[in-house]
Amino acid sequence: MNWHSGAEFFAMGGYGLYVWGSYGVAAVLMFAEPWLVSRRHLRARQEAAHAGPEAE
Amino acid sequence: MAGNFRLFNFAAPSRFYALSGALIPWFWGVAVVLAAIGLYMGFFVAPTDATQGDAYRIIFIHVPAAWMSMVLYLVMAGWAGVGWAFKARLASMVARAIAPTGAMFAFLALWSGAFWGKPTWGTWWVWDARITSELILLFLYLGYIALVEAIDDVRRADNAGALLALVGAINVPIIYFSVKWWNTLHQGASISMTAAPKMASTMVTAMLVMTFACWAYAFAVVFMRTRAIILEREQHADWVGKLVNPGAQA
Repeated sequence: MNWHSGAEFFAMGGYGLYVWGSYGVAAVLMFAEPWLVSRRHLRARQEAAHAGPEAE
Repeated sequence: MAGNFRLFNFAAPSRFYALSGALIPWFWGVAVVLAAIGLYMGFFVAPTDATQGDAYRIIFIHVPAAWMSMVLYLVMAGWAGVGWAFKARLASMVARAIAPTGAMFAFLALWSGAFWGKPTWGTWWVWDARITSELILLFLYLGYIALVEAIDDVRRADNAGALLALVGAINVPIIYFSVKWWNTLHQGASISMTAAPKMASTMVTAMLVMTFACWAYAFAVVFMRTRAIILEREQHADWVGKLVNPGAQA
């Protein structure tokens, strides 16, 4: 085990800012992207429901 | 000639929509499980590095993100090229669906690289060959997205995008070999096919597990975006009508 306490874990041997700054942004982006994509999918479904079949 | 392209008939957007919809939850499941294992190994099993301390743990997101940004670019350019050459609609849609995810990974590689460079090199940024060519990769993704969004005619937009993507693909081997061709501040390849790993085996394993997690993530999110693009483009098709208005009679 590398860490003896939660504080030690978050401190990352003094590199906490850099380690969590990297992983934090990764987490934000990787939650935001699927969320935005599912909103786009929902919008496309609604627009398709409105559009109906093409008049020929 | 027409008979040779039955494969593309099989890849009809309607069939892809159903198939990918069934696969997406599995990719999410794999992504979450592998990320949990990879992060556990990276933070709790892999030892503190003798020279870099715990700052090196950025590697478990930095290297997978950088690899994904390069691989996804080649996959994007490949599908864009297939869509252009064979008028395969789905291939062009997949290419467009990959671009934002590739750009996200390129940004993440640069961002985590800056946060790693500061404590180890003493600077957030340096115009080093590896870093500069990765920045160009990000710009290629953004340029591709801007180009295809700027052209209203979908077919023309796909073709123009394919040309840009294919020409830009030359940048990927430049990124990969930059640490060999030039004297860079950036270190050499972490994993080599010809030499034994220079890192502890738990570090290598954690990095590979995180890479597979990123792969699963990329499949899931790219499939989701492809499905949205299919609905946007085929909103007048019969099968879409049946999908969004299941009760209505045609």
